[in-house]
Amino acid sequence: MKWLKYLGIMLVVVLVGIQFIPASLNQNTTVPPTDFIKANDIPENVSHILKASCYNCHSNNTEYPWYSRTQPAGWLLEKHIREGKEALNLSEFELYSVRMKGSKLRAMIGQVENREMPLPSYTLLHPEARLSREEKNDIINYLSILSEKLNGR
Amino acid sequence: MRKSIYLFALAAISFTACNSNAKKENLQEDNQPHDHSQMESTAGNADEPSQAAVGKQESVSAILNHYLTMKDALVEDDSEKAASSGKLLFDAFAEFDASAVSDPQQELGEIIEDAKMHAEHINENAGNIVHQREHFEILSIDIKDLLAIAGTDRVLYQQYCPMYNDNKGGMWLSASNEVKNPFFGSKMLNCGEVQETIPVE
Repeated sequence: MKWLKYLGIMLVVVLVGIQFIPASLNQNTTVPPTDFIKANDIPENVSHILKASCYNCHSNNTEYPWYSRTQPAGWLLEKHIREGKEALNLSEFELYSVRMKGSKLRAMIGQVENREMPLPSYTLLHPEARLSREEKNDIINYLSILSEKLNGR
Repeated sequence: MRKSIYLFALAAISFTACNSNAKKENLQEDNQPHDHSQMESTAGNADEPSQAAVGKQESVSAILNHYLTMKDALVEDDSEKAASSGKLLFDAFAEFDASAVSDPQQELGEIIEDAKMHAEHINENAGNIVHQREHFEILSIDIKDLLAIAGTDRVLYQQYCPMYNDNKGGMWLSASNEVKNPFFGSKMLNCGEVQETIPVE
């Protein structure tokens, strides 16, 4: 039984220990001119959806939930944000080429349409990010208009 | 007892220390692909026409081979095969020598960057053929635009299915003028028409 006690102690020590590893935060105080919402003069209802459901992982500014301060949850979050920004960074959207913008818009529409985004695992913890049927339609309609405008240039 | 607690504490600290190092390395690695793509798009300024011209033809051939394999896989509803050709196509694009094409350097770089992204997504989405097909449709436009700049090594047929993407339509390229639909596969194998023939110049 002694080893069980050791194992328990070790687990506690590790869990406590990892809390002291400094974490880097994905946060910025200014919104750059390359920001998707800023550059496109997006209607209020759509920008609200984008901020609530997309920006936390797809921009340079994350509003962190309480559990991000505890590890390893925070690291998992960090990984998600890193990957999210790699696929689509709305803070730097205007830096994409026109071709790439078109691809990103199409991908956004497809992902929302198929309910692949926002991630179900994310909306489970963040019910405010879940898209209602109306919100889903609003955002798809807006992105479609933008996408067509881009193609018609 | 006390001794062993110290030991564990030590173990825990060394464990966490390793972990944070590993994380830093990871971050650095992740930055590299970005730098690469930038390097590739600027690498277009090199001027070695004779050598580059050979590389160019080979690159277009490699791209088209893998693209057409991918197209056939989607026709056959074979998501795994589409994914594996996505990897090969990504590599072919990465090796494509942009310096061989003299005219619109910037657009070419943009096409390659975009096409690489789609190839990568198709590679990563084995099992999700709907998603693969979405990327394949935009990828097809990239390939067509690439050929308009770099030329083709074989006759290709631009085919079009008006029903794809909620009747918004979508096009693809085929080496045969017989229509076999990569967007619907066996569900609607022959839906579509030949829109255009892309000749070898």
